Amino acid sequence: MKNIPVKRVDLIFEKIVCKEIFKKIISMDPERIIQSVIDSGLKGRGGAGFPTGLKWQFAANEKGDEKYIVCNADEGEPGTFKDRQILDEVPEKVFCGMAIASKAIGAKYGFIYLRGEYYFLVSKLEKKMDEFHLLMKEMGHDFRILLRLGSGAYICGEESALFESIEGKRGEPRNKPPYPTASGLFNKPTCINNVETLVYTVMILKYGASHFMHLGTKDSRGSKVFSVSGDTPKAGIYELELGMSVDEFVEEFGDGDTKAVQVGGAAGFCVPRKRFADTVIGFEGVPTGGSMKLFNSSRSMYNVMHNYLDFFAEESCGQCTPCRVGCQQLLKGIEAVKKGERSSKYLDELVKLATTMKLASKCGLGQSVGNAFSSIVENFKEEIIY
Amino acid sequence: MIKLSINGLLVEVPEETTILEAAKKLNFRIPTLCNHDDLCVAGNCRVCVVEQLGGKALFAACGTPVAEGMQILTNSLKVRTARKHVIELLLSEHNADCTKCYKNGQCELQNLANEFSVGDHIFLDLLAHKEYTIDRFSPSIQKDDSKCIRCQRCVRTCQELQGVNALSVAYKGMHQKISTFFDHSMAEVICTNCGQCINRCPTGALVERTYLDEVWDAILDPDKHVIVQTAPAVRVGLGEDLGLSPGERVTGKMVAALKRLGFNSVLDTDFTADLTIVEEGNELLSRLKKAIVDKDENTALPMTTSCSPGWVKFIEHTFPEFLPNVSTCKSPQQMFGALAKTYYARAKDIDPKKIVTVSIMPCTAKKYEADRPEMRSSGYKDVDYVLTTRELARMVRQAGIDFSQMKEDHFDRLMGASSGAGVIFGATGGVMEAALRTAYEIVTGREVPFTDLNIMPVRGFDGIKQASVKIENCLDEWKFLEGVELKCAVAHGLSNARELMRAVKNGDLNVHFIEIMACPGGCLGGGGQPIPTNQKIREERAAAIYEEDMSMPIRKSHENPEILQLYEEFLGEPLGHKSHELLHTHYKERERY
Repeated sequence: MKNIPVKRVDLIFEKIVCKEIFKKIISMDPERIIQSVIDSGLKGRGGAGFPTGLKWQFAANEKGDEKYIVCNADEGEPGTFKDRQILDEVPEKVFCGMAIASKAIGAKYGFIYLRGEYYFLVSKLEKKMDEFHLLMKEMGHDFRILLRLGSGAYICGEESALFESIEGKRGEPRNKPPYPTASGLFNKPTCINNVETLVYTVMILKYGASHFMHLGTKDSRGSKVFSVSGDTPKAGIYELELGMSVDEFVEEFGDGDTKAVQVGGAAGFCVPRKRFADTVIGFEGVPTGGSMKLFNSSRSMYNVMHNYLDFFAEESCGQCTPCRVGCQQLLKGIEAVKKGERSSKYLDELVKLATTMKLASKCGLGQSVGNAFSSIVENFKEEIIY
Repeated sequence: MIKLSINGLLVEVPEETTILEAAKKLNFRIPTLCNHDDLCVAGNCRVCVVEQLGGKALFAACGTPVAEGMQILTNSLKVRTARKHVIELLLSEHNADCTKCYKNGQCELQNLANEFSVGDHIFLDLLAHKEYTIDRFSPSIQKDDSKCIRCQRCVRTCQELQGVNALSVAYKGMHQKISTFFDHSMAEVICTNCGQCINRCPTGALVERTYLDEVWDAILDPDKHVIVQTAPAVRVGLGEDLGLSPGERVTGKMVAALKRLGFNSVLDTDFTADLTIVEEGNELLSRLKKAIVDKDENTALPMTTSCSPGWVKFIEHTFPEFLPNVSTCKSPQQMFGALAKTYYARAKDIDPKKIVTVSIMPCTAKKYEADRPEMRSSGYKDVDYVLTTRELARMVRQAGIDFSQMKEDHFDRLMGASSGAGVIFGATGGVMEAALRTAYEIVTGREVPFTDLNIMPVRGFDGIKQASVKIENCLDEWKFLEGVELKCAVAHGLSNARELMRAVKNGDLNVHFIEIMACPGGCLGGGGQPIPTNQKIREERAAAIYEEDMSMPIRKSHENPEILQLYEEFLGEPLGHKSHELLHTHYKERERY
């Protein structure tokens, strides 16, 4: 299989006149809008990768006229900083994406749930929202966006915890089913999309589904904004076509001494050097919400993992047993092995525990702690033990 | 209907059924911890996870509805490993020093650990690094965070069932805990001491404050005369903790056991329940007279009952503007205490200093009530110690009494006789029914117009019940009530109480008399009753209470001969001087958090 080399794309940050696009869209049938998004093959850019068009379809099929669009701007995955840039540079495109979604599913209200630490964006967003609301009025489209701020909890990026938070409750994930498209915010059908996903829907409707579909691979259509950080001379935000291998990525961004890349943040996977060539960045390989962290040989992978586990032990909502206690056990467990209080065999017990956390946790947070843990233990066992 | 298979067996269940319920239909018990019949689904302990054939993640059986064609495995390798891990994880942050635990032998986590024979703990002891305190400040409830498994049953109980919100989840991740307003002690917050959280706590994190040792010391002290009183609901619950089935009436056995335990006088709270009815019935009539005849605008109506100390504390915190509406009658427990150290002491020629009064209650709030400064009108602490039904069962076991073999015995005389009206105090609507039986007869000279005196509209488990009785052909003295439709409302469980009081406040509900019991089902579902509790158990206890009522030769409080004797020899008349001194009190406003 031939991988796609690192290729820059300029869709997300391309300056466009939203009014013109919206003029085109307002006359379209909801079905046609949804079909375009389905045809494009766009998958959610927050990390989980649910097909966006399908999500819209589900929400559109729900009865009732009280539905919501929610923009998930609670960007909290360690090593991700792209949504902040998008909201700073092209907020009107995010609003436009929400308006398109509202047209597609029949919603009158949208919420932006903004990460609490991005408070500095608020005044700018509010100003742009006022302009946007005037545009909506002019276009005769009944849609209003409300801004809500988080308070710093990572878990509130989980969709159902995010709803709870907007509703004024403690941000704890709900049981699923029901899924948000059936019963989401205020228990109404809700379509929740990541900031980047919403902007892509605008570009898909501007240039057509096929333009997007021709980028990327069969499983990972289009392009994606990456937040590159760690041991790299080129830290920053890059929009790249999907489908490249980690090898190609490292070639472009590495410092010549890269030993591992953490793809997808703390909840993602660690790819060691020996796997660079045969690992594709995308849904067929390692998916990512954008975080790409490079580590060179000066880094201790024990420290890297300790850092991630510390983060999870702190940021688990604490509701379900596997996640709350499991995170603490993994953290204390590697400490005990490092100090020699437990034998290296104990790591095998911890890997089994990580599997249970993946299988039995209530939400995506607990389910993904095992990703980083297992992939680091598997590939850097000696660094953990000695 | 949905068809699915569980462990290879086909089953057909209605839509919305959970996997847990569907499995039950096939006689597969899936272990649970956070799940409780009385509460909404939480799905957070994850001990009930099951596998869907071909699926990736496991499902929580308690929170996942069935779907057509599901193939569920409840005991696969994946499930067993995950389940064992979950139990191990819970134990790793749990103070598992079981022999020192009050709930030893009655702990759901311990049972599961036993079932899955968790011997050597795989994981590290997390508790060693954590700070925790045991909150012993409340006279009713003891909270020990080191035993908490964060199932949030208590939180859901306090918030949904009771609408009190004293307990909530605080902090996140490894610091997450169940806490109160700013981590204050349970004694300093809006907690009503109802103890419903205790009834649902799967471990020993929430238990009653126990006074067993104090009571044993008193019994075994030859200088003390220990009087015990037993509340109506105890006799329909006690058996459950001593090997009998829910709904068995054990009044006679209980009396026999109490005598064997060494109590000097075994008396009945039902007696003072009857007294409460006579006082409270007269209070209602006097309020109605003030309002209708004297046109006194300061007369607070509707009048609400005051027997439930959980309710009294709730209204003090939540609806202080309605405090004048609360009947000034003390609860039967406190009327008993006040009379035991005055009337009973005098009649039996015992120095009240030497009397220790113990009450057996289905309730934890009664422990708090007995400690209230208002409750010392005999010149002593009126009720010295309050034990729950569960504590009494423990005493019986400690004394090695074979409860099921007890020959039935009778309460001692003077404050031991009661009517059926006193008995039904234990069920929601019972106080209302007992009051109506008496008040209607005072006013009209005739019995209430219901078959066998059973006022069915106030019975049953609807959250809020309403009833009315038209008063016709009154006696001369009560002519002002001629033609009046006496309206009443009944609520049980504090969420329902809040809803009812809001309706009164907004003017949506216009009644004369309101009965409120803090606990679901009334006292029979009290926070001191045997564990477990659920709707079915409460219904069986209620049925037993009404059976007991029907079995009594006297069914109306004002016909209790010992009550008549009490007024003749001691109190004089209802609402008289002596009554006011000993049997009535007032409550105070409290902060709202």
